[in-house]
Amino acid sequence: MTFVQKLNMTLGRVPPWLLYSVAVVPPVWLLWLGMTGGLGVEPIKELEHKLGELALQLFIATLAIRPLREWVGINLMKQRRALGVITFAYVALHLLVWLVLDVGILSEIWADIVKRPYITVGMAAFALMIPLAFTSNNLSLRKLGPKKWRSLHKLTYPAVLLGALHYVMLAKGFQLEPLIYMGVVLALLALRLKLPQKTAVA
Amino acid sequence: MAGRYKSKLTWDDVTPKPVWLNRRQLLAGGAGALALGSIAGPAAASLGAQKTGYGADLEPNTLEEITSYNNFYEFGTDKGDPARNAHMLTTEPWSVEIDGMVDNPGSYSMEQILDGVTLEERIYRFRCVERWSMVVPWVGFELADLLEKAGVQEGAKYVAFETALRPDEMPGVRSPIIEWPYVEGLRLDEAMHPLTILATGLYDEPMPNQNGAPIRLVVPWKYGYKSIKSIVRISLVAEEPPTAWNKYAPREYGFYSNVNPNRDHPRWSQKYERRIGGGLFAKQEPTLMFNGYEEEVASLYEGMDLIEFH
Repeated sequence: MTFVQKLNMTLGRVPPWLLYSVAVVPPVWLLWLGMTGGLGVEPIKELEHKLGELALQLFIATLAIRPLREWVGINLMKQRRALGVITFAYVALHLLVWLVLDVGILSEIWADIVKRPYITVGMAAFALMIPLAFTSNNLSLRKLGPKKWRSLHKLTYPAVLLGALHYVMLAKGFQLEPLIYMGVVLALLALRLKLPQKTAVA
Repeated sequence: MAGRYKSKLTWDDVTPKPVWLNRRQLLAGGAGALALGSIAGPAAASLGAQKTGYGADLEPNTLEEITSYNNFYEFGTDKGDPARNAHMLTTEPWSVEIDGMVDNPGSYSMEQILDGVTLEERIYRFRCVERWSMVVPWVGFELADLLEKAGVQEGAKYVAFETALRPDEMPGVRSPIIEWPYVEGLRLDEAMHPLTILATGLYDEPMPNQNGAPIRLVVPWKYGYKSIKSIVRISLVAEEPPTAWNKYAPREYGFYSNVNPNRDHPRWSQKYERRIGGGLFAKQEPTLMFNGYEEEVASLYEGMDLIEFH
């Protein structure tokens, strides 16, 4: 058995509930750190930024699963749904920290959403992810049918693009890190153009 | 000139050092105790700054807060980078080149700069353009004192400042985050204003490197980035000098950059700010016009459109 085959056997045994359980740990840990001084002297921004960064990293990981199977042979398709749902949860937490802890003033929240392009873009990314999160179950897949379901879930692409753009737009000065994220996202999206059109449904 | 600000406070009113060192411990409970070791550190020599009572009604942030959360992009863009990397900066010997329209141009050593100067404590509000704020007990002297020493010539209308640029000691400048060296500028009347100081320390100790050692500008009614750090050049000029952030994004960062809750940054509102040190549930507070120094400085801008000249 090759290494990849062995790896796929092991990965195939990882149940989604295990992923969901592990995913609870980082936000709880960060919240604990924030409450006990472990996130520095400005814990609100730190928590907000950490959650946003984790969400973008998870989004990229989710997006990498198909290219990984097509070109490397590593099969994580069974875990993709869980990873997508966890990404959404992290984005929601990031938004919640911004709403409640960071801004916390209703009139300011609304003004920011309509007036600040980087926040508008971030909110749009979140909005695009809502139907994806709610249809990430077998019942929705059956009800919609694989074709409709697949076209709906193509919203992933604009959502991740807007997510990366949101990060690029908030940088002060010329900073490399957000551009690297954007580069990775664009590369993963470009790979889609080369993928065979017949796709498995997850 | 020192002593311009009078105060009824006496030395009995000064918070003893062990108490302010302990404040954070009281605030943060157990976590503070762990951090204390790093705050106390080896005690530096006291500067013996004259108390002025200026800002005596303000509660300063702790030394740890002031020295661990900094924007000093020469050392990296993360708020913790300056505290991690600024130890690389050699601050002794240090000299400032004073040139342009002055009677006595030349290279001024720190000794020459401080000769005959009375260091004062000035407790000022500090408002970052990013919507966070602190209260800092600076030690310094009025910029006007140094400018008088240099002898400002007629025709000089602006003062330009420049930060050290040392790629070997500043890891941040290897990346073109903004155009290096960092430059800033003030109108001459702003520079001569008694609130404008050159600071050489805080909490009565020499300036920590991450806060702009050995000498930095502090202009409390403007956004923090105007208060340029680790100054190596001061030039008296006739025309408005280029400033670092204004060159990068003129729509976002104006030459004046007066704190103004009525003029939003294009990417975020400036109506509110959050004081550093309030923890995870700290609420935002309204930002004050000219950062609370309206009474002292508003007359400098009489008749000016502060939205256009932001």
